[in-house]
Amino acid sequence: MFASLHGNGPLTGLAFEFSPTVEQTAPDTVAFDVSGLDRLFGLPQDIAAAITRRASEIQIRANIALASNPDAAICAARGFSGVSLIPYGDEAKFLGTLPLALLAPSPELQETLDRWGIRRFHDLAALPPLGIAERLGPEGLRLRELARGEVERKLVPLEDPLRFEDEIELEYPVELLEPLAFLLARLVNGLATRLAARALATNELHLRLKLETRAIHERTLRLPVPSLDTKAFLKLLHLDLSAHPPAAPIVHVWLGVNPVKPRSAQSGLFLPTAPEPVKLELTLARIKSIVGEDRVGSPELLDTHRPDAFHVAHALMRAAPALVPPGGALMRLSLRIFRPPLPARVALASGQPSFVATDSIRGKILDRAGPWRTSGDWWTSDPWLRDEWDIALSDGALYRLYCSPRGWFVEGSYD
Amino acid sequence: MPVVALKKQFESILDGSLTWQSRPSPEWVCSGVPEVDQATGGLPRGCLTEIIGPASSGRTSLLLSILAQATEREEVCALVDAQDAFHPASAAAAGVHLERLIWVRSAHSAEHALKATDLLIQGGGFGVVALDLGDTPSAIARRISLTSWFRLRRAVENTPTVLIAVSRQSNAKTCASLQLECARERAEWSGALHTSRLLRAIRARATSTQRSKTCSPVFTATAL
Repeated sequence: MFASLHGNGPLTGLAFEFSPTVEQTAPDTVAFDVSGLDRLFGLPQDIAAAITRRASEIQIRANIALASNPDAAICAARGFSGVSLIPYGDEAKFLGTLPLALLAPSPELQETLDRWGIRRFHDLAALPPLGIAERLGPEGLRLRELARGEVERKLVPLEDPLRFEDEIELEYPVELLEPLAFLLARLVNGLATRLAARALATNELHLRLKLETRAIHERTLRLPVPSLDTKAFLKLLHLDLSAHPPAAPIVHVWLGVNPVKPRSAQSGLFLPTAPEPVKLELTLARIKSIVGEDRVGSPELLDTHRPDAFHVAHALMRAAPALVPPGGALMRLSLRIFRPPLPARVALASGQPSFVATDSIRGKILDRAGPWRTSGDWWTSDPWLRDEWDIALSDGALYRLYCSPRGWFVEGSYD
Repeated sequence: MPVVALKKQFESILDGSLTWQSRPSPEWVCSGVPEVDQATGGLPRGCLTEIIGPASSGRTSLLLSILAQATEREEVCALVDAQDAFHPASAAAAGVHLERLIWVRSAHSAEHALKATDLLIQGGGFGVVALDLGDTPSAIARRISLTSWFRLRRAVENTPTVLIAVSRQSNAKTCASLQLECARERAEWSGALHTSRLLRAIRARATSTQRSKTCSPVFTATAL
């Protein structure tokens, strides 16, 4: 038994609610297999009534037809308004009054049939098959079978869009993280089982919590590589909710995961070991809960001359830069930065700094190089301008000193 | 039964072929500074190495050289920065592949830095884990108990990770398998004062203390 819907709206969604085998015949027509629904709903008219009821609930206006083969159902849905039930064996009689234009014959064939005075299904169905084959060829024969409602074929099914999501409506609001963890474990384990059944994994978890105040608390966790490690997922969710707790008790929990193909890469025998990605994510989440959300990651230099301009990216998730930084055999002198820079009191002699004092650094300047004048971003609201000196103090330490419109600062020490 | 007799009996059962009390010698990796590598043999994996010295003694340059070598070997490294003193531009200039470096900024808290280091070592898979206490006041660094250092040493044992601690003075004491004490010798300048003066390099001496072996290689950190 097959059903067909012809109309406007999300017909495939409606069809998928009744059957996993759905064919999108045309933008405004779908056909689907309803075999077996008699056990659930009863007679074909009950199945049709259930479909009609659901269509009106989701405000879809469509013609509905049920027949023993998909093409008869499609023709009936396109040709008759409302609900059509075609009994088995009566297809030709039922469809007989429909115009032949419904079958969309080619223009040449349409012209020939018009000249013969054949305009309805029953006219074509009454013609002998041998004569049609001789005069109109295979297309004519196919049209005759369609007009008689005798075409037996299999549906070309649409793939059900994979949605991995689950939700729990709570009877009582949950206030603490521990009971919520049990609910999350149930959702995560269920979703992981469904993913594993389809040989899939996930790299993104979306958590949506409906609060007692009707507010929505949403969190998204991204993993560097696809995984199915439910323990890691639960720990990550736990750490994330500890760092970003909802503002009110929770009444509804929704969890969705993004299905992706699992990573299938084998490490080389002689490659250096690297942290296991999911474990690393968990470790970094734990460290973030200690030191702060934005204080862990891979440093990335910005394309600017502004001093100490960098960005902290998600750890190990960015590609290597095309331009490898200049390394070489020489050991480079490095700078240790004071963040924030230390405000300094500086004494000048002949326009050059001769003595510097901060809360922690104090001394006579024995040697110096500078000033190096730099400026930039003067076309923005955040310009910078500074004169830099490299200085050696009386205790032997080397520092970078700069003078900006805001005053004198010690930026860092050479080490 | 005395311990010696028990040991002899056990070794006789094992056919005397196993030196069951000795630990395998660690693998050594390059620090990137030939003078230091020649003197010490490199840095031991699975052990704690301490780099100590005052400001401008070349500690950070040595650390960045070690990180540059490790990231060049495609190892993933972690730097726990207790005082937020890491300068990414200096690291990139020293040859550190920043995309293989995880930088943890512990917001001027030595306690957080220790916890983060412990978590990173427990996580495993790192080539180098460095704990930078270089600008942490000595009074605070001294407050870190020897138990904490012993815990870090135990955590890194039997792993391929080189654990490095940078500080002003020795805090880990006997927990460190290798200690490199840096001292500045002189700063090298070029050009005339007030005209074309340039800071060229720092010349430093690293005194290595590794059990009974002591050596003092001299290295130079060159400015860009």
